[in-house]
Amino acid sequence: MEALRQQFFNFAIMERALPLLLMGLRQTALLCLLLIPLGLFGGLLSALLSRSRVRPMRWLAMVAIDFFRAVPPLVLLIFIYSGLPFAGLRPSPLTAVAVAFFLNTSSYYGEIYRAGIESIPGGQWDAARSTGLSAGQAMIYVVLPQAVRNVLPDLISNTVEVVKLTSIASVVALPELLYSADMARSLTFNSSPLVLAAAIYLLMLWPVVRLVSRLERRIAT
Amino acid sequence: MEFHSAFLEAFFKWELIQRYFPAIMKGVGVTIEIAAAVVFTGICAGLALAVIRAFRARSINVVIVLFADAFRALPPLVLVLLVYFGLPNLGINLPSFAVLWIVLSLVLAAFCEEIFWAGILSIAKGQWEAARSTGLTFVATLAYVVLPQAVRLTVPPITNRTIAITKNTALGTVIGVGEILNQATTAQSFSGNATPLMMGAIAYVILFIPVVVLGRFIETRFRWRRA
Repeated sequence: MEALRQQFFNFAIMERALPLLLMGLRQTALLCLLLIPLGLFGGLLSALLSRSRVRPMRWLAMVAIDFFRAVPPLVLLIFIYSGLPFAGLRPSPLTAVAVAFFLNTSSYYGEIYRAGIESIPGGQWDAARSTGLSAGQAMIYVVLPQAVRNVLPDLISNTVEVVKLTSIASVVALPELLYSADMARSLTFNSSPLVLAAAIYLLMLWPVVRLVSRLERRIAT
Repeated sequence: MEFHSAFLEAFFKWELIQRYFPAIMKGVGVTIEIAAAVVFTGICAGLALAVIRAFRARSINVVIVLFADAFRALPPLVLVLLVYFGLPNLGINLPSFAVLWIVLSLVLAAFCEEIFWAGILSIAKGQWEAARSTGLTFVATLAYVVLPQAVRLTVPPITNRTIAITKNTALGTVIGVGEILNQATTAQSFSGNATPLMMGAIAYVILFIPVVVLGRFIETRFRWRRA
């Protein structure tokens, strides 16, 4: 029991590691501010492309979506970070993370948007177009607002996944929360910094996870 | 032309493909083994937890909900590192593949518990009442009336979540599990060439594209119907 406290809940070590972890948390927050909008935008793009009237465009979008959903994000990230230098490109950790996340999360957000758009009955389109709205306007003012509302729980829950996924940036030495915690762990030979990092992730994400559960249940009943 | 051959040299060097093909295949085997083990234990544990929750024993349910919430909110990589580096300090030494298996199973169980529970809740109260009034016990009602309907409803979300979590087997590379990514990065640093990485990526695509397509098929086949 004492060993457990010493190794996992050592407050003296947590206190010493806290400044480092807060710097990491800052990086994680900045990453989220960059990656979530990037994914939401890319997702919308891929959803619209996968419903394009131009057949090759549509196929290309569908193949890309399935491809990037099949490759684990960590594989994509490592491929970009340590594979591309062999082709003469040397992405910084941040660029590699941004590109890998853009490709991965856009595909997931894209599938969600697509389900949302498909949940809107065709009559909405026809009605919107018959009032004189252009196809683009009908999409932006009529279909998308309803589509997004229908899939809001999925969008939020995918966003939780994106925030959790930022932890893999530690593998390419981007000093975010997990990287800082693991550095503190290897300096102190003690797991308490990792426990502290886990507590910070919980503090950030638990309320959102609860919210998603409630939203999903409201829709299910 | 020159760029073209340089590209082939860096990403598709035939000699290296031959040399590292066995290693990558070994990684494929490890990935499949761990993924299969995680899918089995994760889904079974999740279903068991949801069934226990259906008995509505307050104190037990609080524990289940806390478990499910925590393991849905924590990044799996944090858990992997915590268990891998933490347990030896308590005198428990687990091989790295066991750490990966346990952590991913717990994460999958947490998500599956929530999904199965949502499925159980979605079965109309009248179904419960009708079953009980025919003389079925609570357990029989759950087993023969509610669960068969609830599980059917949950097939698409369970499939999607399971696919997402089996892809997390790649996280094992960080703690040295010899799965595909690990074999590929090891071979890459030995050979100083990106060909093994390309082979690893292709192995993942070949392994998971059918799974993703199957998931899409299941999603349309079992579209969420209100009971």
